Amino acid sequence: MAVEAEQNDAFAQYAHPERLVSTQWVADHVGTPGVVVVESDEDVLLYETGHIPGAVKVDWHTDLNEPDTRDYVNGEQFAELMSRKGISRDDTVVIYGDKSNWWAAYALWVFTLFGHRDVRLMNGGRDKWIAEGRELTTDATPVTPTEYPAVERDDSVIRAYREDVLAALGTTPLIDVRSPQEYTGERTHMPDYPQEGTLRGGHIPTAASVPWARAAAEDGTFKSREDLDAIYRDEVGLGQDDDVIAYCRIGERSSHTWFVLTHLLGFDNVRNYDGSWTEWGNAVRVPVAQGEERGEAPGAAR
Amino acid sequence: MSTQDLPEQLRELVTEFHEVPEPDKLQLLLEFSRSLPELPARLGEHPEELEQVTECQSPLFLTVELDGSGADAPVALFFSAPAEAPTTRGFASILHEGLNGLPASQVLDVPDDLPERFGLTKLVSPLRMRGMSAMLGRIKRQIHARLGE
Repeated sequence: MAVEAEQNDAFAQYAHPERLVSTQWVADHVGTPGVVVVESDEDVLLYETGHIPGAVKVDWHTDLNEPDTRDYVNGEQFAELMSRKGISRDDTVVIYGDKSNWWAAYALWVFTLFGHRDVRLMNGGRDKWIAEGRELTTDATPVTPTEYPAVERDDSVIRAYREDVLAALGTTPLIDVRSPQEYTGERTHMPDYPQEGTLRGGHIPTAASVPWARAAAEDGTFKSREDLDAIYRDEVGLGQDDDVIAYCRIGERSSHTWFVLTHLLGFDNVRNYDGSWTEWGNAVRVPVAQGEERGEAPGAAR
Repeated sequence: MSTQDLPEQLRELVTEFHEVPEPDKLQLLLEFSRSLPELPARLGEHPEELEQVTECQSPLFLTVELDGSGADAPVALFFSAPAEAPTTRGFASILHEGLNGLPASQVLDVPDDLPERFGLTKLVSPLRMRGMSAMLGRIKRQIHARLGE
């Protein structure tokens, strides 16, 4: 059974404050029936070095990805995962992780593909919890398996495929959330060292460059509504009615931006192109722009 | 997985990882991450003497010293990585245990596909595995430089 949203003045500024909880709220609610706390990190071993007492681990690589199809798990696999983690369909799931909740936001986005209704982020993530001197444990969290229904993934609302991005070029604003060097196509190339596995550097024409971490404050929490509006509305030029597509390298950093645009700023139609540069930079017959300019959609100049 | 072309101390590590059942492989990697030796004080106070492996997703610094000169000189490896990066530490620790003390020529002969031989590719993302490859590449490059090649 889902629990009530945290009443927190700091979150009231955001469009959907019920999507955030504070570290204190987690400390107060972990172990409460109907609440499951999930840690999701970039580093597959970090949870094992110490986690919030009572938290379970969901790993993006081993739990959420399906290697044979290079896709996300299907409805049955997700149901099996949820059962194994002790999560019921109507539970409140609170996710936290390393690196300003970068991977936690990715997990939240995948939970949303399966229509899990109440999934929230712990603002500030793992680093804030540790900075506040709160308890970590290496004790295994006891889990009672649940009956979670097999619900098919709905990719139509918050996920964009390559074909969607191609069709949207020139009409739908794109946000490239990678580093400036990845955006321009400049390579930090050194002889003899393996490079990122893409054939071409650069960005999707028309995409604005907004590195994902600009939405995060020093302590890993999200920046204020005012600061976020200044970046995405004033600087990038997004309008309230715009559809938006965000992308990065494999869709993880852009999940963070998806969360910001959807839940903090209240844009209604934001999609994450998870194929991202790993797909686009290797694809045949797609346009690429290099340098600092956004570039134009093919045909737009004619 | 072939281990014939590996030095003995490295071969034992590859075998160890393969004999551990899948669910325990991460635990084994975690144990390695905990056993990565600390930097000696003389290097800890001079971090600028270490080379950053930028291909790793977390900060990882390493340096190589040769005890003597020539291809038979034993290699000493030094790594520095933060506690918040246990996977990176684990990889560094594997390389330390597998390569430290070997003659320079043997380290240079270690096959470049070494990281794929530990059976970890299902558990650890490709980008991280490339981090381990990059560590090995930089170790070899530093050895070449020390040998004056």
